[in-house]
Amino acid sequence: MNEVLEQKINTDYKYGFVTDIDADSAPKGLNEDIIRFISAKKNEPEWMLTYRLKAFRHWLTMEEPNWAHVSYPKPDFQDIIYYSAPKPKKVLNSLDEVDPELLKTFQKLGISILEQERLSGVESRIALDVIVDSVSVKTTFKATLAEKGIIFCSFGEAIQEHPELVKKYMSTVVPYTDNFYAALNSAVFTDGSFCYIPKGVRCPMELSTYFRIEAAGTGQFERTLIIADEDSYVSYLEGCTAPMRDENQLHAAVVELVAHKNAQIKYSTVQNWYPGDKQGKGGVFNFVTKRGICLEENAKISWTQVETGSAITWKYPSVILKGDNSIGEFYSVALTNNYQQADTGTKMIHIGRNTKSTIISKGISAGFSNNSYRGLVRIAKGAENARNFSQCDSLLMSDQCGAHTFPYIEIKNNTAIVEHEATTSKIGEDQLFYCKQRGIDNEKAIGLIVNGYCKDVLSQLPMEFAVEAQKLLEVSLEGSVG
Amino acid sequence: MLSIKNLHASIDGKEILRGINLEIKTGEVHAIMGPNGSGKSTLAAVLAGRSEYEVTQGEVLYNGINLLELEAEDRAREGIFLAFQYPIEIPGVSNINFLKTAISEIRAYKGLEPMAAKDFLTLLKEKQELVEIDRALISRSINEGFSGGEKKRNEIFQMAMLEPKLSILDETDSGLDIDALRIVANGVNKLKSEENATVIITHYQRLLDYIVPDFVHVLYNGQIVKSGSKDLALELEENGYDYIKAEVEA
Repeated sequence: MNEVLEQKINTDYKYGFVTDIDADSAPKGLNEDIIRFISAKKNEPEWMLTYRLKAFRHWLTMEEPNWAHVSYPKPDFQDIIYYSAPKPKKVLNSLDEVDPELLKTFQKLGISILEQERLSGVESRIALDVIVDSVSVKTTFKATLAEKGIIFCSFGEAIQEHPELVKKYMSTVVPYTDNFYAALNSAVFTDGSFCYIPKGVRCPMELSTYFRIEAAGTGQFERTLIIADEDSYVSYLEGCTAPMRDENQLHAAVVELVAHKNAQIKYSTVQNWYPGDKQGKGGVFNFVTKRGICLEENAKISWTQVETGSAITWKYPSVILKGDNSIGEFYSVALTNNYQQADTGTKMIHIGRNTKSTIISKGISAGFSNNSYRGLVRIAKGAENARNFSQCDSLLMSDQCGAHTFPYIEIKNNTAIVEHEATTSKIGEDQLFYCKQRGIDNEKAIGLIVNGYCKDVLSQLPMEFAVEAQKLLEVSLEGSVG
Repeated sequence: MLSIKNLHASIDGKEILRGINLEIKTGEVHAIMGPNGSGKSTLAAVLAGRSEYEVTQGEVLYNGINLLELEAEDRAREGIFLAFQYPIEIPGVSNINFLKTAISEIRAYKGLEPMAAKDFLTLLKEKQELVEIDRALISRSINEGFSGGEKKRNEIFQMAMLEPKLSILDETDSGLDIDALRIVANGVNKLKSEENATVIITHYQRLLDYIVPDFVHVLYNGQIVKSGSKDLALELEENGYDYIKAEVEA
């Protein structure tokens, strides 16, 4: 098995390069044996295996949904490897001890976060959890955080070290019955990040996870759980890349956020999975279920995402506003180019009283791509004085691309105030010429205009990510003039 | 500085400029006047490098360079500035950020170091006072929500910041009230020098009361049919364009 993988790994690459690490992987296919294999590999307690099997059996009864405004060849679930772990050479205590091959990988990725990491003594350090092919490779700053009682570790480790927390919160926001891909994830998830912020603690640094899909033919099914106890605060960043491959890769993750009384969780994502080539071949299928619950009063959850990659992006980071006065926010820039497709948006479910939600969605379509915003604002009967503001803007860069908006508004309480604005625009020739006449060429002009367009969303990102995101937008739009 | 010889240009197959000849030296102010449809804005667009127009004949030399071979952004970087008749809005891009980027590009083109932030802010303050433009206006997105007059004044502010060698003002006076006109004219006059040149495209004599031209040319049917001193503009004001048309047809 390893030789076959080795051969596949020695393909050429550009930005999407392949790392030559020994992989320890499951055979292709999905059945109860594979699930037991995964659970055993991770040394999981009985209750976790039971959960997985329940989810798997439920998944078998489900049908893949097809209501989204995307079209793709249905994945052959038996043709995927569900577990692949790079073999670490030894126990890691500092970044210097990381497998040199892996370190080279990170250098090639040019992650600015890691640059900051190495410049010790710099004020804003970021705790980093690195996940390669479903296995957490390195989590930095664990000791520093532990002093404050903050738990930041891999999900696998959390199952071992903090089972009571995992049992208490896992699956409470996204049960395995929720949807087809959540069920699949619940059965075969391998790793992800776990974070618990104790009462009254303000997490002193950004927590970050960097996801990378390496081995060919594997799916990435990570699971993230973040819990902010009363009066706490955490800002979490998620970055994603994957190498170029001809075949599609499936990424079906589940992220659950729980915010207790007066707590605040800020979750930011910059996603640049391989989007497929210019003819639309290959690319990652990004089918993700992300949901947060403001469990008690005055809680606040903010989702900020910059999605530029993936062949298909299908996700709706949502907030359940259960606690009174709770606040949910969703800021999104979704860019599609060439033949990419996106059906993304959010659900804001107002249940408690005096709840507020804000939705700002900026879609950018270029090339032959299709970009859809799908959002739900639901005001329950008991949700007195709910407030929502939604703004969905679409920017069309070519005359072959598509932009669509599917807003759903369900109001069962007549004290609600719901505002919705939508615009559709394109970058005008006149705007480009104006820039040119001031000495700014086409590429730079588009970069300026697009960044101006996304300003409201980019300003929500933590500074480290904002710069990355701006550059990413410019790079993703290269050659898209038309 | 600028030498236009027998310039012919068309758009969508229709010929607008039918053999323009014009010489402009540094330190000079030229006014180009003419009835609607005579080709005034077309001339400005062709000089700035708008790709919609096709140059079918003729040459334009700018400081010895063949201008027609340069891309629009390079012409700008070489010091040509067009104050647009209808300045466009660019939401989300602040005036400040825009100018910073423009200056950065121009300096890079000339092989200069980028301007330090401190120096940029000093320049901003200096020019803002020079052309009497409100600080609040410059912090906003380019022309977004600006009144007609504010847009024109923003053009002059940008001109002040970029310090071009050749400025072409395309009907800058249109849509301006008396006070705005005075302020714009003041700004242009302060920016005039022996090292640069200005071309003012206008219908009316009014602006020329404030910005006194060295030469006045009348454009009619795509050609410059009459040139003279600033008195020519006064004549036109008296008699209208009909008498020019009569002269030409005679």
